[in-house]
Amino acid sequence: MGLSDFEYDRILELMGRAPNFLELSLFSVMWSEHCGYKNSRPLLSRFPNEGTRVVQGPGENAGVVEVGDGWALAFKMESHNHPSAVEPYEGAATGVGGIIRDILAMGARPVALLDSLRFGPLDGERNRYLFREVVRGIGGYGNAVGVPTVGGEVEFGRAYSGNPLVNAMCVGLIRVEDLVRSSATGNGNLVVLLGSKTGRDGIHGATFASDELTDESESKRSNVQVGDPFCEKMLIECCLRLLDEDLLVSLQDLGAAGITSSASEMAAKGGVGIEIETDRVPLRESGMEPTEVMISESQERMLAVVEPEKIDEVLLLAERYELVGAVVGRVAGHGDLRVIHDGEVVGTVPAEHLADAPVYERDVVRPRYLDDVPKLDPNELPEPEDYNTVLIAILGHPNLRSRRPIFTQYDHQVGTDTVVLPGADAAVVRIKGTDLGFAATTDGRGRHCYLDPRGGGAATVAEAYRNLSCVGAEPVAVTDCLNFGSPEKPDGYYQLAECIEGMSEACEVFGTPVVSGNVSLYNETDRGAIYPTPTIGMVGVMRDVSRHATPTFKREGDLVVVIRSGRRVSLAGSDYLEIVHGRITGRPPEPDLAAEKETADLVRGLVESGLVDTVHDISGGGEIVAVAEMALAGGLGIEYPKGAFERMTAGLGRGRADVALFGEDSGTFVVAVPEERWGDLQAALSGNAGYDYWIGTVGGDSIKVGDTIDVKLSDLEKAYERDLFEVHAPEGGHIG
Amino acid sequence: MRIGVTVFPGSNCDRDALYGVERMGAEAVELWHADADLKGVDAVIVPGGFSYGDYLRPGAIARFANVMGPLEEFARDGGPVLGVCNGFQVLTEAHLLPGALLRNTNMRFVCDRVRVRVETVDTLWTAGCDPGEELTLPVAHNEGNYFADPETLSRLEEEGRVVLRYLENPNGSANDIAGVCNEGRNVVGIMPHPERVSDPALGSDEGLRILRSVLVGAGV
Repeated sequence: MGLSDFEYDRILELMGRAPNFLELSLFSVMWSEHCGYKNSRPLLSRFPNEGTRVVQGPGENAGVVEVGDGWALAFKMESHNHPSAVEPYEGAATGVGGIIRDILAMGARPVALLDSLRFGPLDGERNRYLFREVVRGIGGYGNAVGVPTVGGEVEFGRAYSGNPLVNAMCVGLIRVEDLVRSSATGNGNLVVLLGSKTGRDGIHGATFASDELTDESESKRSNVQVGDPFCEKMLIECCLRLLDEDLLVSLQDLGAAGITSSASEMAAKGGVGIEIETDRVPLRESGMEPTEVMISESQERMLAVVEPEKIDEVLLLAERYELVGAVVGRVAGHGDLRVIHDGEVVGTVPAEHLADAPVYERDVVRPRYLDDVPKLDPNELPEPEDYNTVLIAILGHPNLRSRRPIFTQYDHQVGTDTVVLPGADAAVVRIKGTDLGFAATTDGRGRHCYLDPRGGGAATVAEAYRNLSCVGAEPVAVTDCLNFGSPEKPDGYYQLAECIEGMSEACEVFGTPVVSGNVSLYNETDRGAIYPTPTIGMVGVMRDVSRHATPTFKREGDLVVVIRSGRRVSLAGSDYLEIVHGRITGRPPEPDLAAEKETADLVRGLVESGLVDTVHDISGGGEIVAVAEMALAGGLGIEYPKGAFERMTAGLGRGRADVALFGEDSGTFVVAVPEERWGDLQAALSGNAGYDYWIGTVGGDSIKVGDTIDVKLSDLEKAYERDLFEVHAPEGGHIG
Repeated sequence: MRIGVTVFPGSNCDRDALYGVERMGAEAVELWHADADLKGVDAVIVPGGFSYGDYLRPGAIARFANVMGPLEEFARDGGPVLGVCNGFQVLTEAHLLPGALLRNTNMRFVCDRVRVRVETVDTLWTAGCDPGEELTLPVAHNEGNYFADPETLSRLEEEGRVVLRYLENPNGSANDIAGVCNEGRNVVGIMPHPERVSDPALGSDEGLRILRSVLVGAGV
């Protein structure tokens, strides 16, 4: 059942007797890492989680931050890695469904979805299958349920072969005064199950997700739930209506560990007990044992606490929305989660004990492999002879290629609020009937976190902060998915601890607290652990959503400027190093968080003031890749002025053109303005503590950089727009 | 003018259609699927989404909903009816429009903005457009591949009943057809979503060219 001897002894101690099979099952699911956070809890407490805009921090179904004028955003990200590894379509689909219900449980209308994905390289057939089906699953669920999928990101790397990452984020919109809590109250109040019937699907899914993936995982396919987005759509409309008419005391979604988890959490939070009568739960199949009913992870279900005099209205509304609605229990004064079947008590466990999984603190030991990550000396790398070919190869690599083939499979416009469509640095969504808007992004830097867990953790947060600043949003708060290998192995635990430290430091400097999140450990196969990959979702607010920027070059003649917070461009751990030289090594420069924040805030100010509508940050691939992405988006080229690139190479590149072109660092942006605004931009940049330089003028149909690069946009486009879903030739290392 | 928007279980563009109606300057009225009552509206929009989960076949179950009885009568009497996306699928299943919508030929859902040409202004939903006008409209569907037998297709072409034609065909539709009308020219089905571009705040309000056409016929 996934419980250790130590844990069993502790259960004996807590209960004062031996638990029966049902009671033991309840402990098994609730004390899994997935539900109980027993390895990660002490580390998670490091995250800052307070801020002036925070309405609800960790501990509820989702974090909530205030936008302004009484509007708030409820948001959270959650992993569905293990289910997606064995049944990618349903794994991804139910990941989307689950995170939507978390937002719904706060009383918010889900208005935006994002997804952060990782797969093994596309030269493997299994990886291509997982990629294709995960994307289909996200679309299949999100499109039908009517919540737009507005953003996300994907990367491919050997470390994710066989263990894909599927992290789904949802943002919901709510009036602050309408927030719902999940604590059960009111002795004698009724517990109502809404949504789908309960079946045997997903039994022990939480325990399955808290173990490594092995060859036997395939046989756990039946542990993966099946989604019904049609039912979820009805559930959304029904619950919002019930809340609107003030018919519910509290509301909770059913996720991992099913009724057990929801009921015990509601009871523990309210300091009350809950009695569940398993024979009153509407079932999908006959002959289900009470234990199975209690831990089933059947999808599209919510648990509500209802005052007895309102129950008829509640059940009538459920019927109107074609949902199953049934009274399955009641709130009691005794503080236990009590399971009753045919009038007989078949299990009794104090709810607080279920919520009180043991905590394991481990020693943080620096892994040996980090000693082998040398300081990279660029001079040992052969310089490419033909930079045109290199640029085409980098833009054609699956990690940098256009995401159009993915996001065109997602309905990103339903709801008529998507202001900036996918493909930009962050999605921008308006709040109808107001000038307000919000932006959201998901980011992860697995390779960086592998090479330097603390620096990579900080850089992940920095990247999200940059992406929101690019579109003109004020970054407000963070949700995270901590995707790591086994915490029971020293390397995995060290990576987890150090990434959390780096993320926390960055969140403190940026003023973006962590208000919700989830942990996915044991991402290992027999080939080893994944890259430590904390992915974060960050939301930002916009006072005037009409003032936003996108990366697209919009006008011929615009002047293009690079704004940097520092000068520490490096090839260490860069995309160029991996794609062109086949090497994953070097320690990327640690982000200078304070300087980075200053530059990002400056750039956001340019957008907020209406001066700039074209911004992109420099990330994977370095300056020239960012510039090329802007050119490709607008179908307009750029020519660097004579002598400028030579100066860049001598200074920034320390004599190497590849360092200047493809070197990566944190805190760097590219902006474009019409010539007549040049003076205004110069004035705005005069207070910039970093440095900035003009790199050229928008126009023509090619990218020209000194004598080094001269490539037609049409040639770049062929590589960049190549369909990610077509069958790929094996990816080699060296192409330079 | 009062314009009704049908709401089936699983409709998910109903709120967008109601918003589009407001944007065109008309009064929006929600028409619940279980009520056989059009509430005296002057026109009806059958919105997009996944009515009844698209189970069995898109639109196949929705056509039996209570609201469809009076809707079919309204359409036969010449009342203006616009089916958008899933609404188009519902209207073909209800035999108010000819043909059927098959899965996109590349077997992928497609969400994009595509250019279309208005092929006839002689319908209640294109009367306000210019002949041959080109519009850029969003599409979002899995089954938008218009199919009809060769005789039906040539009749539609001869009678000028192809309403919108794709300039870039996103789904494999026969003759690049994005929308058709019935013989009475009062019932129109289109795959693109005009309601999604009814607000300049979202970058375009070209969809109002179509939505507002129904006001032209009514002399509003």
